[in-house]
Amino acid sequence: MPAYEIEIILNRQLADCLSIPVFITDTIGNLIFYNEPAEEILGKRFEETGEMPVAEWAIDFKPLDEEGLPLPPDELPLVQTLHDSLPHHKTFQIESMQGKNQTISVTSYPIVGRTGNMMGAVAIFWKTKKNEN
Amino acid sequence: MKINLWGVRGSTPTSGPETTYYGGNTSCMDVWEDGWLLILDGGSGIQKLVINPGLKTKRIDILLTHFHLDHIQGLGFFYALFDPEMEVHIWGPASSSRSLHSRLSRYLSPPLFPVLIRDLPCKLTLHDISNSIFTIGPFTIQTGFLIHPGPTVGYRITGRHSVIAYMPDHEPALGKNGMINDRKWISGFDIAKDADLLLHDAQYTAIEYERKKGWGHSSIDDAGLFASFANVKNLLFWHHDPNRTDLQLNEMLAAFKENSHYEFNCDLAREGAQIVLK
Repeated sequence: MPAYEIEIILNRQLADCLSIPVFITDTIGNLIFYNEPAEEILGKRFEETGEMPVAEWAIDFKPLDEEGLPLPPDELPLVQTLHDSLPHHKTFQIESMQGKNQTISVTSYPIVGRTGNMMGAVAIFWKTKKNEN
Repeated sequence: MKINLWGVRGSTPTSGPETTYYGGNTSCMDVWEDGWLLILDGGSGIQKLVINPGLKTKRIDILLTHFHLDHIQGLGFFYALFDPEMEVHIWGPASSSRSLHSRLSRYLSPPLFPVLIRDLPCKLTLHDISNSIFTIGPFTIQTGFLIHPGPTVGYRITGRHSVIAYMPDHEPALGKNGMINDRKWISGFDIAKDADLLLHDAQYTAIEYERKKGWGHSSIDDAGLFASFANVKNLLFWHHDPNRTDLQLNEMLAAFKENSHYEFNCDLAREGAQIVLK
């Protein structure tokens, strides 16, 4: 497999330095990197899982709407970014590893390099102040 | 494939008795095969490059890695650009908003230089490249963006019997814990993999690099590690710090060899050296 473009590599190196959760996907949503803070959300360690196909990691991630009902994938910022190559933002709930609902904000942005091609996407998570209800 | 090194210094030219062995001119080398000539970078070393008139070469291809001054400052003093009989092709990375012509014009125009690109007498063609593959005569050339400030590419040149990789300015170890031990995640890996000869940035010692992360260059140790990951056969350290004397360079190489046990051959690039790959 060829090496990733430097825009992807630099995003990983940046994510590795941050204390906020960061997920990086390729253009079809396969999870190619998540940093240490993101491991808490996913309940898995990148060193153990390595890269994960979209069908695999989407199961571990349980987004909920305000009613506590499952959120359709198309409403997730990262999925929207992969569809339209634009940044997106949304606040919603996820089921935490402890089984409690947790409100988070997610911002996603496309990785569009010097060649102008879409190379992947990044999602950054923030826990909101009104946490764990 | 025959290679001549015309300038191997980094950042800015230097001169004096303490740098005469490795030389003080900035990046430039040429590559010959079957009468075809490639010139890699147009640092101050290019002014010393004179083609034997007996070879009757009327086409020259200049491959620029990027536009920092130490890689283009010799262009305006390269005789072929002023020869109306000469066909000159310049290849270099465009940025996302400026063409190669626009970027090169910032140097080849007043007040930095008295002659405009459009007034150069040679038959000039400019080629924008990015992550590209193209051929020139017997050479197949692959380029890819590298980690270095501003658009910068490395060159992988495949000739009839051998492959060289040229990455004079490159910082693959940029990150919290240095290079990631996974070939998919190493900047420039595809350009260098399995090359017969890699010419790679090694401006700093490991101690110096700690204070210069993000400047776009490598320590000699990281250059060695990168070469090991890429499984190259020979490594020449390039982009010597302008303040480094010949004696200090020799000490740097000796320390590297003492502390590392790689299978590839390695040495310091030296201005005036000629290498033949078979």
